Amino acid sequence: MVKELPVVWLQAAACTGCSVSLLNTASPTIRNLLVDEVIPGTHINLRFHATVMAGSGEPVIKVIEDTSKKNKLGYVLIIEGAVPDDSEIMFGAIGERGNKPVSMAKRIEEMAQSSLAVLSVGTCASFGGISAAKPNPSGCQPVRTFLESKNIKKPLVNIPGCPPHPDWIVGTVATILLRGLPEADDLDDNLRLKSFYGKLIHENCPRRAYYDEGKFAKKFGDEGCLFELGCKGPITYSDCPTRRWNTHTNWVIGAGAPCNGCTQPEFPDAIAPFYEKLVDVEVGGM
Amino acid sequence: MSRVVVDPITRIEGHLKIETEVKDGQVVEAKSTGNLFRGIELILRNRDPRDAQIITQRICGVCPQSHGVAASLNLDNAFDIGGNIPSNGRIIRNLIQGAHVLQDHILHFYHLAALDYVDVTSVAKYEGDNPDLRSVKDFISRGELGPFVPRYEGDYRLPEKINQEATAHYLKAFEVRKIGHEMVSIFSGKIPHSVGIVPGGVTSTPTIDMITAFLWKLRILQEFTDNVYIPDVLGIASVYSDYCAVGTGCGNLLSYGAYDLEDNNPDQTIRQRLFKQGSTSMNLGYKPLDINLINEQVNHSWYDNETSGLHPSQGNTLINFGKKEAYSWLKSPRYSGEVHEVGPLARIAVTYASGDKRVCELVDWALGHLKAPTSALFSVMGRHLARALCAKLLAENLEKWLLELKIGEPCFIDYEMPDESRGFGITEGSRGALGHWIEIKNKRIANYQAIVPTTWNASPRDDSGRPGPIEQAIEGTKVKDKNNPFEIVRIVRSFDPCLACAIH
Repeated sequence: MVKELPVVWLQAAACTGCSVSLLNTASPTIRNLLVDEVIPGTHINLRFHATVMAGSGEPVIKVIEDTSKKNKLGYVLIIEGAVPDDSEIMFGAIGERGNKPVSMAKRIEEMAQSSLAVLSVGTCASFGGISAAKPNPSGCQPVRTFLESKNIKKPLVNIPGCPPHPDWIVGTVATILLRGLPEADDLDDNLRLKSFYGKLIHENCPRRAYYDEGKFAKKFGDEGCLFELGCKGPITYSDCPTRRWNTHTNWVIGAGAPCNGCTQPEFPDAIAPFYEKLVDVEVGGM
Repeated sequence: MSRVVVDPITRIEGHLKIETEVKDGQVVEAKSTGNLFRGIELILRNRDPRDAQIITQRICGVCPQSHGVAASLNLDNAFDIGGNIPSNGRIIRNLIQGAHVLQDHILHFYHLAALDYVDVTSVAKYEGDNPDLRSVKDFISRGELGPFVPRYEGDYRLPEKINQEATAHYLKAFEVRKIGHEMVSIFSGKIPHSVGIVPGGVTSTPTIDMITAFLWKLRILQEFTDNVYIPDVLGIASVYSDYCAVGTGCGNLLSYGAYDLEDNNPDQTIRQRLFKQGSTSMNLGYKPLDINLINEQVNHSWYDNETSGLHPSQGNTLINFGKKEAYSWLKSPRYSGEVHEVGPLARIAVTYASGDKRVCELVDWALGHLKAPTSALFSVMGRHLARALCAKLLAENLEKWLLELKIGEPCFIDYEMPDESRGFGITEGSRGALGHWIEIKNKRIANYQAIVPTTWNASPRDDSGRPGPIEQAIEGTKVKDKNNPFEIVRIVRSFDPCLACAIH
């Protein structure tokens, strides 16, 4: 008997980049995720994902409403995007109820309340990200802050990155399926799994030797460390240098561009300008 | 009279509601509502202008690359280096954008549109040995059918074998489009939200192994486009041939042109491009592009009426939620005072109207195959066909451009950022005409405005009350079963809407 794990994936103040990044998963493939037993004996039953699901309109809204009623504490809620304010202006809505739009905040609140656990996918959901960047026109909050404001206590894991690498999303889900919800020790202060976000990019960068010998690129295309062109690798936690992107094809610094620090809570406001050298930062070995 | 609402419209990017009034089985009024405002234009203010390239890509994770290109063209223009981009820089930008758009067209047809026509549940009776289909069969037999059910039920017309084959192509297309993203990554580091394209050119330096890897990944997409994608579009268009006359729309088409083919021409409006700049209509006469004729109207949008009718170089984004008569977060861009559709159909039709030999050949061949007149282009199936032909043209030209790269030559030119300046960048995203406008003061962004393809297509009524292109395409349509309004979602999806883009 195959165990079905219901998953509801809601998009809030987002750009769908996290979902598209997930489509790039190489192993398991998307077919493996959608229809196969992704871990022997368990099938992820993706009930709602607006970008891939066949249905539209009221019948699919009924799917999420039924899931929260009939699968109490039995489904995982994945949020892509920050939570926009709905107190005076409805900046974001998903579907209707009684001919009236329902705000994203209301949907997330309702769905989180009955969920087993919540995964914040991407930097907007995890920390606010671009959606909450100054002056935060739509009053966006990270999922963690939003749930705290509603006094909803659920196991929560952040999977930041703008977008996150598909391995980070799939790997987090696989970790939960194989080993259960992460222990406090598995996560850093920002609720990121240490297994993916445990080391600074600067520690594993193939251009690190240039940095140590003081050879810096002055313009794009030059040999050397990209620190003076604005690289945020020295303050950014992720395994990009060793994992690489798009089926391990390349990565940001591999394309001669500076890291823009997208897995960090400081992205973008406290990290920009992206093409200016970091100041007032203690960098190891400097 | 009854109200038929589809909210959310799924298998598009973002949050869109379509509300219609249906009388005697026919739509008499359609309203398109964009449901998420983030305010990226406001977020861009006071930042380093160079950061626009990174931030505007986050307008959309499905088509980030086109925003990277538009922002970089915009900054090239503002920094007065638009005529100085090295050949390699120009070519690599084309490779990055072209590979991205090629995979995006495949993604749209198979993963966003196909489930309106293809019945995945027919695989329950599959008896062959294709491992993908065996796997779907097992999945169906377990009985939990999300995300493929619920769906609209009824009008699935393909024979069982063709349904099964199309389902196999749906799964195969996931792999193929992923390889398209690998092509982008070769020159642009990663995708979504890549880093290679910057004002002045690109950051990466081509090597033989990058060129070879790109070429052989491209071959996979070329083969899929020729042997699977185009035959599938033609096949579905012949079975659902009534959709060659459904969803006509406003009949005016606008293209900014894309993929620069010459160096040293600072004027983007006349620079030689693969897809031509200009406008046309159902008579397929050609008119050159004049970007001074664009404005954005907001009387039916949740913005202050004082900001209505402005050219984007002077544009403003001032929220006024709950305003009477307003029903969307999208503004209504208009060209020469008229409603215009943008997208692959506009790219193909404008380039056709300009007399481009290859495009005329392809369009005539495809319409000949369907035994359809050119007016059939202005329809649901016409849009799918035009998109597939755009993919074909890119697949052909990417190979040509790749082999024009010169190893060891520069890809980037350095520049001095001016204290004050203005600029614009125009290109074609997957979904159509994309423009960015910037005003720089004290080396900071004073104003940034974007008019994005779906801003045109999904726009609400304008100040004169004229419905937007998608609204016009729906109005007048017969809806056979209002509990399963296939007609509405098929029309909407033929435009490939992207709402995060449209509102930003």
